[in-house]
Amino acid sequence: MLDHFQSEEQSEGGDGGRTSRSELHVVASSVSVPKRIVRLWEYRPLLISLVRKELSVKYKNSILGFVWSMLNPALTLVIYFVVFQLVLKNGIPQFAVYLLCGLVVWNFFSNAIMGATGSVVANAGIVKKVSFPREVLPLASVGSAMVFFFLQGIVLILALVIARDVPAFSYLPLLLFAFVDLMILSGALAVLLGALNVFYRDTQHLLEIVLMAWFWATPVVYPYQQIATPLMHHGLLFLDFINPMTAIVLTFQRVLYAKVSPMGTTHTVVHLLPANSVLWFAGQLSIVLVVSTILFLIALKIFGRMEGNFAEEL
Amino acid sequence: MPNAIEVDNVSKVFRLYSEKFSSLKERVIHGGKNPYQEFHALKGVSLNIGEGTSVGLLGHNGSGKSTLLKTIAGIIQPNSGEIRVKGRVSAMLEVGAGFHPELSGRDNIFLSATLLGLPVSEVKSRFDEIVEFSELGQFIDNQVKYYSSGMYARLGFAVAVNVDPDVLLVDEVLAVGDENFQRKCIERIKSFQKDGRTIVFVSHSPELVRAICDFAYVLDHGSLIGEGSPAEAIAELRDSLNRNKGQVGGAVIGGDVVVAPAPESQDRPLSITSLRAVADVERNTDSTRISPNDSLKIVVSYSAKEQVTGTNITLSIVAPNNDVVFSANSEDLQIEPFDIDSDGVFELYFDKVPLLDGVYGLAVTINDRSRIPMAWAEEKIGFQVVNPSLVSGLVALEYRVNPSSRS
Repeated sequence: MLDHFQSEEQSEGGDGGRTSRSELHVVASSVSVPKRIVRLWEYRPLLISLVRKELSVKYKNSILGFVWSMLNPALTLVIYFVVFQLVLKNGIPQFAVYLLCGLVVWNFFSNAIMGATGSVVANAGIVKKVSFPREVLPLASVGSAMVFFFLQGIVLILALVIARDVPAFSYLPLLLFAFVDLMILSGALAVLLGALNVFYRDTQHLLEIVLMAWFWATPVVYPYQQIATPLMHHGLLFLDFINPMTAIVLTFQRVLYAKVSPMGTTHTVVHLLPANSVLWFAGQLSIVLVVSTILFLIALKIFGRMEGNFAEEL
Repeated sequence: MPNAIEVDNVSKVFRLYSEKFSSLKERVIHGGKNPYQEFHALKGVSLNIGEGTSVGLLGHNGSGKSTLLKTIAGIIQPNSGEIRVKGRVSAMLEVGAGFHPELSGRDNIFLSATLLGLPVSEVKSRFDEIVEFSELGQFIDNQVKYYSSGMYARLGFAVAVNVDPDVLLVDEVLAVGDENFQRKCIERIKSFQKDGRTIVFVSHSPELVRAICDFAYVLDHGSLIGEGSPAEAIAELRDSLNRNKGQVGGAVIGGDVVVAPAPESQDRPLSITSLRAVADVERNTDSTRISPNDSLKIVVSYSAKEQVTGTNITLSIVAPNNDVVFSANSEDLQIEPFDIDSDGVFELYFDKVPLLDGVYGLAVTINDRSRIPMAWAEEKIGFQVVNPSLVSGLVALEYRVNPSSRS
């Protein structure tokens, strides 16, 4: 015991033997966004710790553990296969795979922001007692949603292998681009909603409804072309791209499902995805990137404004 | 000496809601406004704390001391003003903050330490020491929910002191764990002092502040009302306590003298008009503040409407908790009874008052031959003892230590 102390503190009994750090913390009524980002970056070990905590707590005391998060999309896959391909026969070849491409993305998005919305309130105990950049809490929800995203991604890859689908390799780099967009967009909304929910607890209930509407506004279940064609006739195609998720989901579908207008199971050509070039996709994703980044900065700003009252409000 | 903490004109206003509407529906119904009162927890507080000093923050409930500590820690942001803290800050406002009951002690160490801003590599290198300090041994891999509250507290404290802080903020968390562990915590804090780290310590307990700190600030209603050595600050704190009591109690204690007015006092032949203590008998100053073992004079003035013979006087000294520390009657001291025929003064002398810190009250009765009180007076703030030394307790006992060992 004592040995420990001595080996740790070589400067027994001496002042100044210990060199104190000199970084300066400033506590003031407002902290600028760049400073917040720097502080967030310093706290990335905490982000990792919190993600680990969320993951290990979620499946604690369950026998299958992480398998659950993979069973969920796998089972969805089977159900949609049975319903849409065997019963309803919607004509889209390998509909289950098509669906899963979009669904994995959507699950990430909805898990991330649902979790983040409640995150600050759920961690009231530490918010009131410990000083750390509180943005870490909603971002940790994004982090843990990301882990599940990768687990579900494994299911998706397995489905692709089983269905013997070949991804569009020339579009492959877009996948990374879309993923970055997805992360920033989710992060922005996570930070914003996490703060908002502290003051308006109905944010999370409202969000459930909004997310449901948003899900059907995004071409996950139905093919993009089905809605884009009528919209285009009225010159309203831009409506579809007000939703930033459209571009992201389309990219995943374009890369992984890869069939733009395949021969359907009813022996007619079905138009699923836009037959546009890599550049078009990259352009769409760039717009989303810019918008998401601006949104993220605004979210940090708003979060910073509200953060000062968290400890009192909780 | 450079400053470790600079608090610059910091104010904090809390909104006290009489009713909290936190759902949208309620907000709409109430026009988006919550009824609230403003509570000024801190009013333009400025102070500098030098590197390597241990500073106590004293104050009563609601004085703003914990708010100040939380603002220094960065948990709450001030409405105006700025706080600059140099180096790594570790705040111990609650032991085991951020622990998750479902996780093992091991996982919680990582979680809690990263929460306090420690990089993972440093947690790893300190891990053994943390476990050692917490005395948890093999239980470290058990889930925290199975820990006893003592184990929980030990682990929390072990993490907090092992993050190698430059500035340690402590809010009365020492009251956890068994005596042995408490001693260890205080030892750890002392070793921090030796290392030249800065410590800010908030406590209700003047004794702990006296034991640990070398300087103290006193807060009252959000303002700084005193500073100085722990002994001075504690005296200041007690002063303010009495002032506050005066405001609240109103009738009982006013300024200097309170004569308990008997209902039919007008009719009484004898009444006490004033009762006061005078410190420093030789110099006869007005001060009522003494150090332990100083001399003290009690002056009792009375007025008599008619002649009263054979009276005696009883004086009691009352401790802050209303215990009578001393009581004596003049007849017991073999003093002849007094004959009173007009206004006059009794002077009672104490050569030495061996009491320690506290505000002591006085109670005097003038009794007739059969010791039935004829007039009485009570003074809740009779005199105050301010103890400059480090001893604590009630009575200033004199003691020696013989350093040679028996063998």
